[in-house]
Amino acid sequence: MHLSWQWLLTITSAFSITQAHANSWNMPVGVTDISQDIFGLHMAIFWVCVVIGVIVFGVMFYSLFKYRHSKGEKAANFHEHTSVEILWTAIPILILVGMAVPATATLKSMYDSSEADLDVMITGQQWRWRYEYLGEDVAFTSNMSTSRAQIRGEEARDEHYLLDVDEPLVLPINRKVRFLMTSDDVIHSWWVPELAVKQDTIPGFINENWVKINEPGIYRGQCAELCGVNHGFMPVVVHAMEEEEFEAWLAERKEAAEQEAMGVDREWEMEDLMARGETVYQTICSSCHQSEGQGAPPAFPALANNNQLISDLDWHMNRVINGVSGAAMPAFRSTLNPVEIAAVVTYTRNAWGNETGDVVQPATVAERIAQ
Amino acid sequence: MAPKLPPQHSLQHSSTAAAGGHSHHDHAAQPKGILRWVLTTNHKEIGSLYLIFSLTMFFVGGIFALVVRAELFQPGLQLIEPEFFNQMTTMHGLIMVFAAVMPAFTGLANWMIPLQIGAPDMALPRLNNFSFWLLPVAFTLLLSTLLMPGGGPNFGWTFYAPLSTTYAPASTTFFILALHIAGISSILGAINIIATILNMRAPGMRMMDMPLFVWTWLITAFLLIAVMPVLAGVITMMLMDINFGTSFFDAAGGGDPVLFQHLFWFFGHPEVYIMILPAFGIVSAIIPTFARKPLFGYASMVYATAAIALLSFLVWAHHMFIVGLPLTAELFFMYSTMLIAVPTGVKVFNWVTTLFRGSISFEPPMLFALAFVVLFTIGGFSGLMLAIAPADFQYHDTYFVVAHFHYVLVPGAIFAIMAGVYYWLPKWTGYYPNERLAQCHFWCSIVGVNLTFFPMHFAGLAGMPRRIPDYALQFADFNMLSSIGAFFFGASQLMFVLVVVMCVRGGKKAPAKAWEGAEDLEWSVPSPAPLHTFETPPVFNRTHHHD
Repeated sequence: MHLSWQWLLTITSAFSITQAHANSWNMPVGVTDISQDIFGLHMAIFWVCVVIGVIVFGVMFYSLFKYRHSKGEKAANFHEHTSVEILWTAIPILILVGMAVPATATLKSMYDSSEADLDVMITGQQWRWRYEYLGEDVAFTSNMSTSRAQIRGEEARDEHYLLDVDEPLVLPINRKVRFLMTSDDVIHSWWVPELAVKQDTIPGFINENWVKINEPGIYRGQCAELCGVNHGFMPVVVHAMEEEEFEAWLAERKEAAEQEAMGVDREWEMEDLMARGETVYQTICSSCHQSEGQGAPPAFPALANNNQLISDLDWHMNRVINGVSGAAMPAFRSTLNPVEIAAVVTYTRNAWGNETGDVVQPATVAERIAQ
Repeated sequence: MAPKLPPQHSLQHSSTAAAGGHSHHDHAAQPKGILRWVLTTNHKEIGSLYLIFSLTMFFVGGIFALVVRAELFQPGLQLIEPEFFNQMTTMHGLIMVFAAVMPAFTGLANWMIPLQIGAPDMALPRLNNFSFWLLPVAFTLLLSTLLMPGGGPNFGWTFYAPLSTTYAPASTTFFILALHIAGISSILGAINIIATILNMRAPGMRMMDMPLFVWTWLITAFLLIAVMPVLAGVITMMLMDINFGTSFFDAAGGGDPVLFQHLFWFFGHPEVYIMILPAFGIVSAIIPTFARKPLFGYASMVYATAAIALLSFLVWAHHMFIVGLPLTAELFFMYSTMLIAVPTGVKVFNWVTTLFRGSISFEPPMLFALAFVVLFTIGGFSGLMLAIAPADFQYHDTYFVVAHFHYVLVPGAIFAIMAGVYYWLPKWTGYYPNERLAQCHFWCSIVGVNLTFFPMHFAGLAGMPRRIPDYALQFADFNMLSSIGAFFFGASQLMFVLVVVMCVRGGKKAPAKAWEGAEDLEWSVPSPAPLHTFETPPVFNRTHHHD
């Protein structure tokens, strides 16, 4: 907190009596120093507007009531008053300067992402987030886990409807975490209100932001920039935990990643690939190609009974690994591991009546990616 | 130093000018029926065409908005698919901005600028006809994209690349063509307005004697000429990226998606003022009329309008606070944006001071103008909040922004247009609009507009992003209120149509000077204004008042 403008928060929090309940009506105070500073600015400028509004509308409604033609009021004829005009130009300028000073201070600290303890790469993809703990060999994608049935109203909607994911971003509290943010396709915007971090992720460019969370908890947000048909179904969930807990979690994830890497070299059974492939398909592919592979032409072609796919394994692998340039199909070479690609290719070649019998081994995929 | 005086003038002109509608030279060759409207070069007829077109498009865009609001009535997907939802939000924005609000102001300009400056017509009548008839072409083309395979534009009215290029539906090329045509129409219209105002004022009328509607339109026209080519440029770059293999907005080819946003908002921010400056002009005509008192601070109104127009070129990146601008750019655009509050504040203070010690009556145009002052100011307040860059990291792309720009555009621009229509209808038709129905329209609109847009502030602060077809449960109450308000507001506008149609057909007869306190030149010609007016220039007399 910047002492120079502590007064803002003092004044404003005095007015916000029901801050605990304010969540549903007002901006959240949040759980970082920055989010609290922003909340202070928000309430300060709000009350400035309220005071100006009361004065201006007060004079206006007084005049409307007092100087009614129907009461026989005679109009005055003045139409200029230089000193009043100078005054009401100068006073707003002073108020604005008073707001600009604390806003500048906050903005400066928001832009200081130096000396971070942990770097997380955040990549937007239609329509999921990918998180990579840089230097830790831990990376995963985070998909919305709210079911289609809930969206369609066939099931009761749960408490975190549309704001739940299969794997949240896990972060330690009390540590400065730097975000490096980019996108694989269109512009997305990663936003968690309680962290006061909202930053566009732009394909081909990397943006920086940072966060230092004060309290453990689960914080939810959404993609804020229109990014295509499933823009509304791209939640962000951050699970902030104590530092020791985070270290344990990270170690566990590292070990799992090593296990996975070893899986590339062994021979996989079709059954295992199919099971793994279905999971990958439903979390990654089904948002465009639909859960039964029926697609949504013309943008998203059907995979079930797709003759080219059935007849040409090489073409099929190439599409998944390298994507289709100029179309919505992304290249999965860097976002899925060879096991996942092998599994999902095997699955799509053997599901929904695509009975090719082909089994693609992770080692083959790894070779293709290496080429 | 002698103070600059607002336009106070006594109105004199020859009776032959007033009776000009029956002059000898033009009726022989005039086509009849539909061709008369297709070929007309008369500013009043073209003005009416613009206004009818605008009103039609207001309902088309309104229906799109109601489709959106119907889907958002409850959480879940009930009526339409997300793909169509995105097309509806996009089309609603495009139609309302380019086909409803802008043509409405051009229509009012066509009708009223020649009458307010004592000119017989617009300077370039054939060009005027062409400007108008480009519009139905442009928007028929735009609307037809909804029926094309792959659907219409679905990337928001701001059409950010690469969603609108690499990832766009096939119809995007038609969208670009439609926008080009609409842009040409705007540029030609602006040229015409500038030529008219600078060359065709009544003898004796100086620039600083012009009514504020004329002043604000003059400045608006310069804004149009400055920024429509930028829009044309950016959509041409999109066209090249989509069809000819360039990479202006594609990082993979060395381009930059953020460049699109810089170009778009360099057009887009002045565009916002294009939609509000003429509204300032209308309100500055109506408030003095019904307060029966000269406009306070005429000169400062003119300077404030010019200041707002100049600043509008220096604030565009406040729409881009979260794209990752460098700190110095954020600070510059935050300060310049905050500065806009100063001239805008001057205007509001001037209107309120005009009311102070007036003799005020509340006819329908005045009701809408007063509502404009209050509700536009509320939109200005949320604008000031949005200017605070750190806070904008929370507000950006939420319903708070949706609430903000709807407050300045609906009870701002659109209420001002309606105020203008009620104010000038007696001049156009010779009859007063039905007072009771117009009052009913006003009160329903006030309730509807606030019920629709006020809850959006809360939804946005609570964290609801814009442009989503479905939302988390904590936003349900706000959305239900907004949807109810939207349908109520939409239905209320049918009353407006009814008032206008009734007023064209008859009603209480209006004299030349239809409102007791009205002072400008248009009130010197008969009501209804004959087809041709001011064929002999009126004599413009400035009368000096000493307070």
